[in-house]
Amino acid sequence: MLEEPIHMTTDTRDERVRAVPTLSRLLARPELGAVAGALLVFAFFAVTAGGSGIYSAKGIVNFLEISAQLGILAAPVALLMIAGEFDLSVGSMIGFAGIAIAIPTLAWGWPIWLAVLFAFAVCGFFGYLNGLIVVKTGLPSFIVTLGSLFMLRGLTLGIMRGVTGRTQASGLHEYSRDDWITPFFSGQVLRTPVAWLADLGIIGKRADGLPMITGIPMSIIWWIALTLFCTWLLTRTRFGNWIFAAGGEANAARNLGVPVARTKITLFVFTALAATLFAAIQVLVTGSADTLRGNLKEFEAIIAVVIGGTLLTGGYGSAIGAMFGALIFGVVQMGIFYTGIDTDWFKLFMGAMMVTAVLFNSYVRNRAMRNR
Amino acid sequence: MTGPVLELSGIRKTFGGVTAIEDFSLEIFPGEIVALVGDNGAGKSTLIKIVSGVHPPSAGSIALDGQPVVMSNATMARMLGIEVVYQDLALADQQAVYMNLFLGREPLTALGLLDRRRMIAETEKLVKELDVRIPSAHAAIRDLSGGQRQGVAIARATHWASKLILLDEPTAALGVAETARVEEIVRSLKKRNIGVLIISHSLDQVFRLSDRICVLRRGKQIGVRDTKATDKNEIIAMITGLKQG
Repeated sequence: MLEEPIHMTTDTRDERVRAVPTLSRLLARPELGAVAGALLVFAFFAVTAGGSGIYSAKGIVNFLEISAQLGILAAPVALLMIAGEFDLSVGSMIGFAGIAIAIPTLAWGWPIWLAVLFAFAVCGFFGYLNGLIVVKTGLPSFIVTLGSLFMLRGLTLGIMRGVTGRTQASGLHEYSRDDWITPFFSGQVLRTPVAWLADLGIIGKRADGLPMITGIPMSIIWWIALTLFCTWLLTRTRFGNWIFAAGGEANAARNLGVPVARTKITLFVFTALAATLFAAIQVLVTGSADTLRGNLKEFEAIIAVVIGGTLLTGGYGSAIGAMFGALIFGVVQMGIFYTGIDTDWFKLFMGAMMVTAVLFNSYVRNRAMRNR
Repeated sequence: MTGPVLELSGIRKTFGGVTAIEDFSLEIFPGEIVALVGDNGAGKSTLIKIVSGVHPPSAGSIALDGQPVVMSNATMARMLGIEVVYQDLALADQQAVYMNLFLGREPLTALGLLDRRRMIAETEKLVKELDVRIPSAHAAIRDLSGGQRQGVAIARATHWASKLILLDEPTAALGVAETARVEEIVRSLKKRNIGVLIISHSLDQVFRLSDRICVLRRGKQIGVRDTKATDKNEIIAMITGLKQG
């Protein structure tokens, strides 16, 4: 039995460090399911509704606007879910933020810009309260924000009816038209390049000779900007690392000096502000506010985030994934409309899509893991 | 030889009317491994918490390198160069090894962004030095075995501890081979001139690793022995109360 350790090697690479194949690294990305799903629905509607104009400039802007609204919520909700918490009050917050803009403008004669800033401040404070209660009491955020879901909706209805006697307010365009803040929420950008593309014939024209679209709505810009910001935050900053740690192993993070409570509270404020942004865009585009606005948006946002590969248990996920989740949402909603299928079927489809995406994500992740 | 890195004298800790620790004194020198043994409820974990700044002692003094210190929280203890490897390891499962090593103390670039390159480079260097066998600095913690996780937790403590590492049952959940690996890593800490205080229920392990053994029984310090000058029977007698001092 002579065994001598004579495995001398000239290779300077540590034999314990094995390169992870690029493909399996790619497969392990959280966004994979959402990207694949997006490609799938794009292809599906290209076949079933290709000739109906869903992929014309007008159609694209239409579904992007729907995606953008949801995506504005989904990006911050993704961060919060990665930190291991839920915010079910997002939808009610949208309704509340809407009347927080409408009432000061209509009843108190405030300029729109002040009313919008007021809404941001008040909703930000409510988000802070959500976070504070979750962190201080240790109750599950699901319960705490379920409470705020009802409380905010009730507060919205009570205040709105108390002040104006009605549940809706319209005619806000009159006040917002000349306000400096309006273009930031309901304006369009890139008008010149769009007109130029229309002249070249790349963007189609309507029967009266005007281009189908005149510019890109600000909501789409907000969506992309917020997603990029959240991605940057998550992957490049210390705060982003704390978000992952807070959701992955809060106790461990706390032991190591990560300010878990502060991180979570900040994210609750962030989702509340995103809901306010959503409301500000909606109010200034439609010129109206309604106490029922934002209903079920909290769950739509969660669907987009989960399709995007974020784990419900926290500690893992991505904002880019949430963006694709929101994109799928918009494409399917408009696609069903364009194909002429009864839109009643939309929710059935989205629910099934979410479960499929989650199954797909976990399947691929497990496979990628085993390949290592 | 230089002076002790940690000097505990007359430490006493009461929780309400219950005395958890009474009159405990111990010195730990740089490069020395001291084992803390005792039955369940003897006060070992309380003592670790006192030294790591979680609980302030009710009486007595703590000195680091001869300087008296008062630690009001765990962050302060860390700043003073004391690291703890917790029983539950305190690792973020979904995160990469290098992120865990720097969690809460992430190095930043000039622009205030995470300095990943530096984290990865330092992780690889450390992992090599300590001979922790992990697939890569990029590996997520959940993909590692129990022994590898423990290795990462110890590597993290080693990276940040300038004076003292406290190990609370580092091999309680590990198999035989993995325990041996972790013990090797602990032994290699001696070369770094760091003091090590280890809690272990395994007397075999205590005798393999430690230079001195300190026995606690019901909050009382029964005695300290040089590992070479004692045997298991004596230590067991001290733990169970058959022998006083």
